[in-house]
Amino acid sequence: MTESALTHAHAPTGTLPPGTVVADDHVAARAPWSASLRAGQLLSIVDLGGNQAVDFLAYCVPDTSERYSAAETVSAQGNIFLTTGSVLRSCEGRAMMTVIADECGRHDTLGGACSKESNTLRYGYHTRHQHACVENFLAEGARWGLGKRDLVPNVNWYMNVPVEPDGTLGIVDGISRPGLTVTLRADCDVLCLVSNCPQINNPCNGFDPTPVRMVITAP
Amino acid sequence: MTAGANGHGTETTLGARDHARAQAGAVAEAMPTIPASRYSHPPDNVAPDRLTWAETVAGGGYTAKVLARGTTLRLTDRDGDACAHVLLFNADQPWERLNTADTVKVPWQAYLGPSHPLLSDQGRVLASILASREGTHDALCGCTTRAGNEARYGDGAAHGPTPAARELLRMAGAKHGLEARDLGACVSFFKRVWVGGDGALNYAGSQYPSSYVELRAELPLVVLIANAPHRLDPREAYTCTPLEVLAWRGAPTRPSDGLWAFTPELERAFLNTADYATARGLDD
Repeated sequence: MTESALTHAHAPTGTLPPGTVVADDHVAARAPWSASLRAGQLLSIVDLGGNQAVDFLAYCVPDTSERYSAAETVSAQGNIFLTTGSVLRSCEGRAMMTVIADECGRHDTLGGACSKESNTLRYGYHTRHQHACVENFLAEGARWGLGKRDLVPNVNWYMNVPVEPDGTLGIVDGISRPGLTVTLRADCDVLCLVSNCPQINNPCNGFDPTPVRMVITAP
Repeated sequence: MTAGANGHGTETTLGARDHARAQAGAVAEAMPTIPASRYSHPPDNVAPDRLTWAETVAGGGYTAKVLARGTTLRLTDRDGDACAHVLLFNADQPWERLNTADTVKVPWQAYLGPSHPLLSDQGRVLASILASREGTHDALCGCTTRAGNEARYGDGAAHGPTPAARELLRMAGAKHGLEARDLGACVSFFKRVWVGGDGALNYAGSQYPSSYVELRAELPLVVLIANAPHRLDPREAYTCTPLEVLAWRGAPTRPSDGLWAFTPELERAFLNTADYATARGLDD
């Protein structure tokens, strides 16, 4: 662990909703995570170190062929940013999860996940063998029978991706800080896949990937 | 109904055969021309015998085809109110498909226009946008759903009067062995959407009659196309006019092409594509 990560470990630990804690997981920097939530359960994502992109996919249970759709989510709410009140929708338009609390303000729906392959386009071939979110999604998804065909554009909690008037978009410095929390309610039984983003070539993690805390609560 | 009562002469097998055969040669507004070289309106700069696809798709219709690397695909909004929802797959390995997130992130540009690559999840160019006569196209809003169209128009089934684009793509995909889990986010041509500073999506709608977009297949592609109203189309009525689909043989983008190194990201995407094609033996 780097010196800066040790420092982050002493950061605030988040704002949790009331209820019974079902799981409370510390996700190491660069690591994957997953969990299945029952309808009504809450998932809190705590940005322990600040400005840590948390790449996130959700699948309906038991039929995982119905899954989060960025396009349906932004079209239904008429806005590309996620915050309190935003509903994550499936490819069939169904409400999967609702953001019930958000201390950050806005989160990304457009940037998708970093991959070893796209890293070569964005930064050059020297990044080809760096760890990437798609690796985490594939590894963690395989535990649930999900494979490459099941990966779609994902949510990036705490990632800041503005769109300029001429359409220019990009990942810029974050607006999060240590201890900020976003809490989602599962609107149906749902499987959540997470990649705690390992990217070190853009500001999505402040150039320093840090741990996050994932807490499942039954209200 | 008694035999012969329908007046079609189909009481017997031979009569039914004659009746069926007599229908050939009829013309519908939406139909393929086969062979494509016989299409009545080939592009000015394209010899008819180079055409490999000529089809008109009605509003609420779909089509699909496998295209060779180097093919030019021209989609034309003939009457000004088509909306072509397109999904692309590498025909050699369909698990490699259009990735709309990388398609906007890698070029640092949310709106599709000339020189924009349609990227796969493998850091390669599935298709390049060569020409786009008017405006931009949408990579953010996806397609309508069956449930959405049921709420919106009263029906969203593929067989109904107001089919959802996703239902149409589901049918197109099924004929290529592709299932629901293969149908990710699509791009939508001919309807413009822009993003406000607050993140709001603004539907700018239709372009103009005879607008077209040309794509160059940089890999062998499975192309799925649904022609259906845009996800954010605010009109009460299900409104969608015919789409003309043409394709003709050509060569993929080469280093001598001005497009190749249009941006550093695009150059590496073409390098990755050529690297794959060379190793795979596609250009032998």
